[in-house]
Amino acid sequence: MSQADKMKQGQLTNPETPGYVGFANLPNQVHRKSVKKGFEFTLMVVGESGLGKSTLINSLFLTDLYPERVIPGAAEKIERTVQIEASTVEIEERGVKLRLTVVDTPGYGDAINSQDCFNTIISYIDDQFERYLHDESGLNRRHIVDNRVHCCFYFISPLGHGMKPLDVQFMKAIHNKVNVVPVIAKADTLTLRERERLKRRILDEIDEHGIKIYHLPDAESDEDEDFKEQTRILKTSIPFAVVGSNQQIEAKGKKVRGRLYPWGVVEVENPEHNDFLKLRTMLITHMQDLQEVTQDLHYENFRSERLKRGGRLSSHGYILPLSPAYVLLCLPFSTSSLDIHEKNQSFLRRMQEMIAKMQAQMQKQGEGDGDSPHL
Amino acid sequence: MSEIVPPEVRPKPAVPAKPSHVAPPSSGPFVPSPQGTGGEGQGSGRGSALLGYIGIDTIIEQMRKKTMKTGFDFNIMVVGQSGLGKSTLVNTLFKSQVSRRSTSWSRDEKIPKTVEIKSASHVIEEGGVKMKLTVVDTPGFGDQINNENCWEPISKYINEQYEKFLKEEVNIARKKRIPDTRVHCCLYFISPTGHSLRQLDIEFMKHLSRVVNIIPVIAKSDTLTLDEKTEFKQRVRKELEACGIECYPQKEFDEDMEDKSDNDKIREAMPFAVVGSDKEYQVNGKRVLGRKTAWGVVEVENPNHCEFSLLRDFMIRSHLQDLKEVTHNIHYETYRAKRLNDNGGLHPISSGQDTQESNL
Repeated sequence: MSQADKMKQGQLTNPETPGYVGFANLPNQVHRKSVKKGFEFTLMVVGESGLGKSTLINSLFLTDLYPERVIPGAAEKIERTVQIEASTVEIEERGVKLRLTVVDTPGYGDAINSQDCFNTIISYIDDQFERYLHDESGLNRRHIVDNRVHCCFYFISPLGHGMKPLDVQFMKAIHNKVNVVPVIAKADTLTLRERERLKRRILDEIDEHGIKIYHLPDAESDEDEDFKEQTRILKTSIPFAVVGSNQQIEAKGKKVRGRLYPWGVVEVENPEHNDFLKLRTMLITHMQDLQEVTQDLHYENFRSERLKRGGRLSSHGYILPLSPAYVLLCLPFSTSSLDIHEKNQSFLRRMQEMIAKMQAQMQKQGEGDGDSPHL
Repeated sequence: MSEIVPPEVRPKPAVPAKPSHVAPPSSGPFVPSPQGTGGEGQGSGRGSALLGYIGIDTIIEQMRKKTMKTGFDFNIMVVGQSGLGKSTLVNTLFKSQVSRRSTSWSRDEKIPKTVEIKSASHVIEEGGVKMKLTVVDTPGFGDQINNENCWEPISKYINEQYEKFLKEEVNIARKKRIPDTRVHCCLYFISPTGHSLRQLDIEFMKHLSRVVNIIPVIAKSDTLTLDEKTEFKQRVRKELEACGIECYPQKEFDEDMEDKSDNDKIREAMPFAVVGSDKEYQVNGKRVLGRKTAWGVVEVENPNHCEFSLLRDFMIRSHLQDLKEVTHNIHYETYRAKRLNDNGGLHPISSGQDTQESNL
């Protein structure tokens, strides 16, 4: 039996054998194209000042995202409102390019009255969705820039006994718009027992208030055992308790990233000290999934809400669906020759006309019988 | 001229010696001078020369005995966001379970919607001296989304205590010992962000530094490395100065050069970066109070690890009486003067007799 299988396999890989079509090579092609195209990822960090957000981001991506940072004093902070600062950096590792945008929210939670501090953030997220929707409905969709926020790290202070009222309110306001990953900041303040207690408390409060945080997808059954085990460990460690550092300290004879205290050294990349490695693993291995959930869940939610509300979206007034399958098909066409491009355009025009007809029909129906139950 | 040598044996003064790191070792109160002048006191202000030993110095011993018998009150208020370790620190300071956490409050209680004032009193005894310690806690401070004016309940409470004391003082038939519920010291807990003070911190201290003695402390300071600690402290001091906030010990109340130099040293070291703990661990063969983490044990009483010992020595061992005096002589008097000016005089409360115009 196994010999037959082996023969079959050999048949499939050997291009000369009869019966081999060759589409098994498609993943490689997609991989090559993606590597050439590069990845885009937008990460938003939200939390009160002084929780180590910038240090953590620098540690995660081993880069200095804020080289000329000036920390304002309390007196200067009094008149400030929440601002949105987006910094983009291009990171390349082994030929794979990542265009990472980190959206920072300085001023969040600093004011005495933080009632309105999340309005700015929610408007920003909605704006990115709106822009994408507008681009998606446009005529020329070749170079849509995806600035939608794919993931939001929410920093919880380790000093309290759980989440603060502001934390709860904010998460409830954005959990339907973006993937929320709660992170316990500056975890070296906590002993092991305190850390466990705080994590449990936060998870209880998240349940209690019905907050939907990002859930890691279960490992597929055909993945190897290590990956399954890793996913299981990641799932049980949420929220991650992390420590960040930009400094290298000498410890036990080697240089490690860490924080030097008179009573010991906290190593950032030591899994027994904190969950930094877990957070990084989660982010890197699930970057694709985060983008998918943003596209399939949050963006679609936004889109359906928006379309129900109505209003013109694009210059020609038609709202075209852009299914994922269509996007995949379009990708190779962006570098195709001219006649295929023209065929594409005419295909688009025909589609547009069809949809315009359908929409006009629906509108007529809507005006005719306003109380029809099925509408 | 025969020399009159003062007797060798004298009762030792019962004044607790100032710890050496707070004051420069001054010459002892009694300098057996061979000339027989028997100069008393610390040298400032030459009194008239005494020709023999009278025993004026025993008044200190008498005062001490009296204080021991009556005991004294100390009221401390702790203010800060929840989770900053206020209760633990107070328990560590007084080495006993005096904070409300030990009595009725459980860790899982919800954050109250407005600032509450909860006070708990305990009598603790050490070396024959009884102290009635009252800890006033302020749960809910700074925990809401909208924290505007959250210092008002605290300000109201402090003024109410002054009012209570004033009413008693103004009475015709006064009690021998007026119960003192005035807040002698307010420990304000600063969150160890490492950046700067928060707006709320500045607003609170602005409103209350003229009404009560505020001692700012940096809470949970085991989150800061040594460099971060020094930078943070410098920045906090600069900000306090820029906003015109005077914390205890206030510069204007320094009485003499010695006080000034002692207090200057303290002011340079403030705000104290503290860590509190009520658990003991074994370190190098000794049992110490501390926090045990995967990378080491933070020792609470180790001056290299945190400044808890400095705070304790300053607050309890050297400046406890001074805190009470400044509260009574300065803050309370300010309140009293304002009250009298506003009302045009207070009417004393008597038990049934005709009220007289107060001769205050």
